[in-house]
Amino acid sequence: MSAEITLSNDEILRYSRHLIMPEVGMEGQLKLKKASVLLVGTGGLGAPLGLYLTAAGIGRIGLVDFDVVDYTNLQRQVIHGTKDVGRPKIDSAIESMKDINPFVQLDRHEVALTSDNALEIIKDYDYVVDGTDNFPTRYLVNDACVLLNKPNIYGSVFRFEGQSTVFAYEGGPCYRCLYPEPPPPGLVPSCAEGGVLGILPGVIGLIQATETAKLILGVGKSLVGRLLLYDALEMKFRELKLRKNPECPVCGDHRTITKLIDYQEFCGIPQHAAEAAPVNTATEIEPKDVKAKQDRGDKFVLVDVREPHEYQIAKIPGSILIPVGDVAKRLGELNPDDEIVMHCKMGGRSAKACDVLRANGFTKVLNMTGGITKWSDTVDPTVPKY
Amino acid sequence: MARILIPTPLRQFAEKNDNVEVAGATVGEVLTALTTRFPDLKKNLYNDEGKLRSFVNVYLNDEDIRYTGKEATAVTDADTLSIVPSIAGGAHVG
Repeated sequence: MSAEITLSNDEILRYSRHLIMPEVGMEGQLKLKKASVLLVGTGGLGAPLGLYLTAAGIGRIGLVDFDVVDYTNLQRQVIHGTKDVGRPKIDSAIESMKDINPFVQLDRHEVALTSDNALEIIKDYDYVVDGTDNFPTRYLVNDACVLLNKPNIYGSVFRFEGQSTVFAYEGGPCYRCLYPEPPPPGLVPSCAEGGVLGILPGVIGLIQATETAKLILGVGKSLVGRLLLYDALEMKFRELKLRKNPECPVCGDHRTITKLIDYQEFCGIPQHAAEAAPVNTATEIEPKDVKAKQDRGDKFVLVDVREPHEYQIAKIPGSILIPVGDVAKRLGELNPDDEIVMHCKMGGRSAKACDVLRANGFTKVLNMTGGITKWSDTVDPTVPKY
Repeated sequence: MARILIPTPLRQFAEKNDNVEVAGATVGEVLTALTTRFPDLKKNLYNDEGKLRSFVNVYLNDEDIRYTGKEATAVTDADTLSIVPSIAGGAHVG
């Protein structure tokens, strides 16, 4: 047994607003100090979680992140600052947390959580808080928590909406009870439909932090068995009943998942999706070659298939706008005899738009690889990236 | 007519509506009426075998229809149906 845990006079002063509440008190503050919490991700959800759980006096917090701070993170990931752009998120997060409360032990796990390391990392913590941004890691965190019988405090955000609940608490429902399978990659919202109000993960992350603290303190009524939905635009909270699915493959009566699996494969993501395929010049064209065509005065039509609000952020001179969803309806505006180059933000939507044109008899259709982002990188840096 | 709440990711397939009223005596009838009115919603709600997709949950008021009789669950005019898809934050493709 370790030595008895107590609070120093500095800690007593620091936590005085906890100590004077009977629901926390000395006993509760010591529970917080004895507790260990693993934060998976130090992004939008992880940022407020890290700041407030540290301030509240959790004894030991583990951080899992291998990403670096990007300029586009700063709109919501308030644990990182402008000076931190380019630094590992885990370094920047730990610096912020140490500044807030030097009494908290912070453990670094600067790795991607995988099926090979998840059990080893999670087993040393009492609670796991899921602040990840992708389906494979969500299912991985869920399954690992179920297998190790660790509560998984869940939050998720999209645009103006968020969800939160507590999974796998004392045999309660898990993420797979709620969603047995992830959406196929083709039905995951693309960057056209994505985005998030920067304040939203603050709200949801702090709901997760509240639930974590309540579970540790053993007070109140937790979100176990309830899925909380938050709509920032309507400013409404709703809750739905969350039941344990007796047929759940990982926590049900007849379990088929008894160890961690390949979550990339489970989510339908090809193993080497990140590797750039060589450009197929019959169907694709590089931004610099599009620029060369413009400079030569070649006759062709450049079609931007992004949304009008994206066109307002940045556009390529000479392009016309036909959002991807309207291409099939607006074929009449294009001439099948013309050479047509299509682009979007990154190249995904324009590839679909090219398919629509080809299916309608257009033969001279090229997709500009990498979209306006690559145009900014390789042709004209004055075009803003977003 | 029952009210049906359409979540943000699916509004683009429902003429940007966040909620609509549709007729139907069962959850299945309401969803059929919904996807008849907005055909683009169909492939997002149902798989090729015509079954509700497993990452799209449907609730009658606060109950998951998987535990109340699925699409056969009776619906009254006072009920609210919610479609609640799984969401996963900032990682995007395309």
